[in-house]
Amino acid sequence: MFELANPKRFMQFSGALLPWLAGAAALALLAGLVLGFRAPPDYQQGDTVRIMFLHVPAAWTAMMAYGLLALASIVGLVNRHPLADVAAKTAAPLGAVFTALGLVTGSLWGRPMWGAWWVWDGRLTSFLLLLFLYLGYIALGQAIEDESRAARACAILAIVGAVNLPIIEFSVDWWTTLHQGESILRKGGPLIAAVFLWPLFLMALGYTLLFFSLWLIRIRTEILERRARSLMLSGAP
Amino acid sequence: MTAFLALLGRDLRLAVRAGGGAALALAFFAAVVTLVPLGVGADLLLLARIAGGVLWVAAVLAALLALDRLFQADFEDGSLDLIALSPLPLEMTALAKMAAHWLATGLPLTALSALLAVFFDLSARGTGALVLSLLIGTPAVSAIGGIGAALTLSIRRGGLILPLIVLPLLAPAVIFGSGAVEGVEGGLPNGALYFLAAFSLVCTMLSPFAAAAAVRLNLAA
Repeated sequence: MFELANPKRFMQFSGALLPWLAGAAALALLAGLVLGFRAPPDYQQGDTVRIMFLHVPAAWTAMMAYGLLALASIVGLVNRHPLADVAAKTAAPLGAVFTALGLVTGSLWGRPMWGAWWVWDGRLTSFLLLLFLYLGYIALGQAIEDESRAARACAILAIVGAVNLPIIEFSVDWWTTLHQGESILRKGGPLIAAVFLWPLFLMALGYTLLFFSLWLIRIRTEILERRARSLMLSGAP
Repeated sequence: MTAFLALLGRDLRLAVRAGGGAALALAFFAAVVTLVPLGVGADLLLLARIAGGVLWVAAVLAALLALDRLFQADFEDGSLDLIALSPLPLEMTALAKMAAHWLATGLPLTALSALLAVFFDLSARGTGALVLSLLIGTPAVSAIGGIGAALTLSIRRGGLILPLIVLPLLAPAVIFGSGAVEGVEGGLPNGALYFLAAFSLVCTMLSPFAAAAAVRLNLAA
C-alpha cells in the first residue's frame, strides 16, 4: 500500500482505476434506482419510502467519509506523508456534501412522515453537528496559509473530532430520540423486506463507489495543482 | 510544579487585570442573558423552564469570548517560544493555560449564574443544580476551547473560526448541563451530572495533549 504513496505511482494507478470505479458507481446507482422505483409502495409510508434509497446511503457515506478522514489524518500526522494530507483535505468537502445530502433528503422524508421539515431528534441533531464539524475542519484548513501546517492542524482537529463523535452521538441520543432504531444491522436479521433491501444495498454500493471516484478525482486534481504551483515557482524569473 | 504555578499565576494576573477580558466575559454573559426575556417574553413560568439551557448556552458563549487570545497573545510577542523552551512540558503549559482560563472565566461565570438564575425565577434546587453543573462542566469548556485556541493561534481572524470548531464539540456539555437542571426541576432523577462529570474529566485529561501538539506544530515552522 505504501508503494502507492509515491505520487507518481499513485497518479498512474488511480488514473487506470478511475474509469472502472466511476463506471461501477454509475451501474450500481442505475440498478439501484431502477429497482427502487419498481419496488412496491410501502403499506404505511406509500411512495415516500423511496426517499430512503437516497437518504440512508448518503448518511452512511457521510459517516464513512469521516472515518476515512480521521484515518488519513492519523497516517498524515504519524507518517508525515503529503499524500495522506491531500487525502484528508479532499475528503472533507465530500463528507460535508454527503452529510448535507443526508440532512436534506431526511428533511424531505420527514415532512410527510413526521409532519415537520425538521425535528430535534437525536440522529438528526448529531448529523447536523457532524456537518458543523466538517465545516469547521474546512474553515481551519483554508485559514492557515502554510500547506503542511494547515494539514497538521486539521489532522489534530479531525482526531479530536473522531474521539468526540461517539460522545456527541451518545449525549444527543440520551437527550431525545424519535428517529427509528437500527433496522438493518441488528441481531436477528434485518427488519426490512428484501424487496426494499436490495435497492438499498445497491444504492449504498453506488454511493460508496461514487464517493471513492470523486475522492480520487479530487486527490488527483490537488496533486496536479501542487505540481503546477511548484513548476510555476521554480520557473519564476 | 513551581513553573506550572508560576505560569498559572501569570496567566491569571494577565486575564484579571486590564485588557485581559475576564470581566468582559462576565458582562457579556449578563448582557446575553438579559436579552433572552426581551426576545421570548417575560412569562416567568416559561423563563424558569428554559433557565438551565439559556444560562448554559450563554456561559459557553461567554467563555469562548476570552479564549481566542489564550495562546495567540504569547505567540505574537514571542513569549510562547520562551515558555516552550522551559523545562515544563508543553502539555503542562497547555494545562496551566486552560486552568487559568477556567479560574478567570469559568469560576466567576458559575458564581454569577446563581445571581442570574434569580431573574429567571429558577427554584432553589434548580439553582443548586445549575451552579453545580456549571462548576463541573465549565472545565470541559476551557479544555476543549484550549484545543481550539491552540489550533487557531497563528490565524489572524482565529476568533471567528474558533467557535465553529469548538461549539459542536461542546454539545455534550450543554446537553448534560442543562439536562441536570431540567431533571431537578422536573423532579425526575437522571444521571446528567455524572455524565457531565465524566465528559469534563475526559476532556481535561486528553485536551492538553491535543493542544500541546497544536502549539508544537505552530512553533515548528
